[in-house]
Amino acid sequence: MTHATPATLSRGASAPRPGTASGTRARRAARRRRALQWIAVHALGLAAAAFFVLPFVFVFLTAVMSDNQALTRDLWPHTWQWSNFRTVWDTPGFLTWWRNTLVYAVAGTALTVVSSLPVAYALAKFRFPGRNLVMMLVISTMMLPPQVIIIPMYLFWTKQMGMDGTLWPLIIPMAFGDAFTIFLLRQFLLTVPKEYTEAAKVDGCGEVRTLLTVVVPMIKPAIAAVALFQFFYCWNDYFGPQIYASSNPAAWTLSYGLESFKGAHHTNWNLTMAATVLVMAPVIVVFFFAQKAFIEGVTLTGVKG
Amino acid sequence: MSTAVHPLLRAKRRKAALRTLAFLSPWIVGFSAFFVYPLLSTLYFSFTHYDGFAAPTWTGGKNWTYVFRDYPLFWPALRNTLWLVVVMVTLRVVFGLGIGLLITKIKTGAGLFRTAFYLPYLAPPVAATMAFVFLLNPGTGPVNHVLGGIGIPAPGWFTDPGWSKPALTVLALWGIGDLMVIFMAALLDVPREQYEAAELDGAGPWHRFRYVTLPNISPIVMFAVVTGVIQTMQYYTQPLVAGKVASGIIGNSGQQFEPGYPDRSTLTLPQLVYNLGFQRFDYGAACVVALVLFVLAMAFTALLMRRRGGLISAED
Repeated sequence: MTHATPATLSRGASAPRPGTASGTRARRAARRRRALQWIAVHALGLAAAAFFVLPFVFVFLTAVMSDNQALTRDLWPHTWQWSNFRTVWDTPGFLTWWRNTLVYAVAGTALTVVSSLPVAYALAKFRFPGRNLVMMLVISTMMLPPQVIIIPMYLFWTKQMGMDGTLWPLIIPMAFGDAFTIFLLRQFLLTVPKEYTEAAKVDGCGEVRTLLTVVVPMIKPAIAAVALFQFFYCWNDYFGPQIYASSNPAAWTLSYGLESFKGAHHTNWNLTMAATVLVMAPVIVVFFFAQKAFIEGVTLTGVKG
Repeated sequence: MSTAVHPLLRAKRRKAALRTLAFLSPWIVGFSAFFVYPLLSTLYFSFTHYDGFAAPTWTGGKNWTYVFRDYPLFWPALRNTLWLVVVMVTLRVVFGLGIGLLITKIKTGAGLFRTAFYLPYLAPPVAATMAFVFLLNPGTGPVNHVLGGIGIPAPGWFTDPGWSKPALTVLALWGIGDLMVIFMAALLDVPREQYEAAELDGAGPWHRFRYVTLPNISPIVMFAVVTGVIQTMQYYTQPLVAGKVASGIIGNSGQQFEPGYPDRSTLTLPQLVYNLGFQRFDYGAACVVALVLFVLAMAFTALLMRRRGGLISAED
């Protein structure tokens, strides 16, 4: 038997010579190679899946342990103490944090999408001097760490507007466009063929009506994607609530409250993990309902303009 | 008549300009009020002494020399950032590409695998960080339990200055979903004919990857590296929460705590803005760090937008 190099193998697979002995041998070798590759790839896949999934599993198993067991090194719960979730849920403040987070995320998302859409539309469809400059400024602010401007913003919202201890300083600016949302919507709007908007104009639609009745229905997936991104951003935001809401527990969000929960129950890892599960759960539920829009959106962030 | 602009045309142009302004108005207000104004204020405050109560007083470059020479947390934070840029960003790109390659090769249960790989990216950072501080805690954590069981000496992770950044890196690799999806899309875009041609030339898997895959996806690799560096400049929630939770600080409302536990090993630049501004009420010095952050972030953004071979284009 001759020693088969990968080259002859693959060539044998792509151009088999039926009937000849060497042809069937090459084909059998190719099939064996494919089977081995299948096994190798899926074994690696399972190993990777373990890395990604096991942390969730351990967190969950700890969340249902009894207080005593959570202090031991055992991995599997002796008794399944489901009441831990109840205990967390009934913690004073937990429901308030939930409501605050939801208000922040829903209001923030709605305002961001409504205020960013016209800006993105102008940047994608209108020709005007300075358009590239505006686009460059949008991209620059997109990359800006929020800490760069936090001192003057904090002084403005608390000393001049008297809004310390509320989430308003985080929600109000979202009514004035968000750079990342503008950028993504603009990328998507560029792909809308000019014929559609021009046809609408021939029919006598103004720009606003063209945008609302022709363009918006066409870019629904992009709108869903940016809305999801913004929702998750608000839901996960820690720095913003830490700066503006920390002085007033009635305005805390889940991310901020979760940490103080850990502080108050510092030896009860089971309760802390139960709280962690309750904070992660809504995000995961939303993801399962909107998986497709989400993954399309992430792909869009890597697309060149 | 022939050289001057027709009045009707001029009216039409003015209307178009007004329309553009109207559409851009949310951004114009937002950009001026929430970017230009605070940036100029930050620059001004960086040259003043200001504690938020008495009016700011001009002190020249005093804050700047304080931050660079006397503020004990500045250089450790910058060194940590450098470590994270070199190790964490590199590993994230390599791992993200590996997982992206793997997911394009998986034939059975691809959807299930993709969801499993992607999900950790969505875990809220505070929750994910607390989960990892628990998973990696040296006393009762399951990871060290398993490592001990197979005879590997278990590190102190978030409680050991030498291991806290590797622990944060593990957390960052867990949330690789964003890069995985971007690489997956790029890999699926590589023209199949190029692989077939390479195969006919006798190229093995490594050569196909090196000479077909990599050149095709190199813009996306660059994009991942540069955005990774920019994200590292902003790295705040995970190191802060990890430090606070691992050190066992109780409560967080108005608590004074030394950031960077253990031993300043998890300090990053954004944490310094918080430490100076909201714990020490030294707004002037906080603004100096904010400007350092601004310059670093803008430098890498410029790299991203470079006209020739730029990764994000401001033009269409």
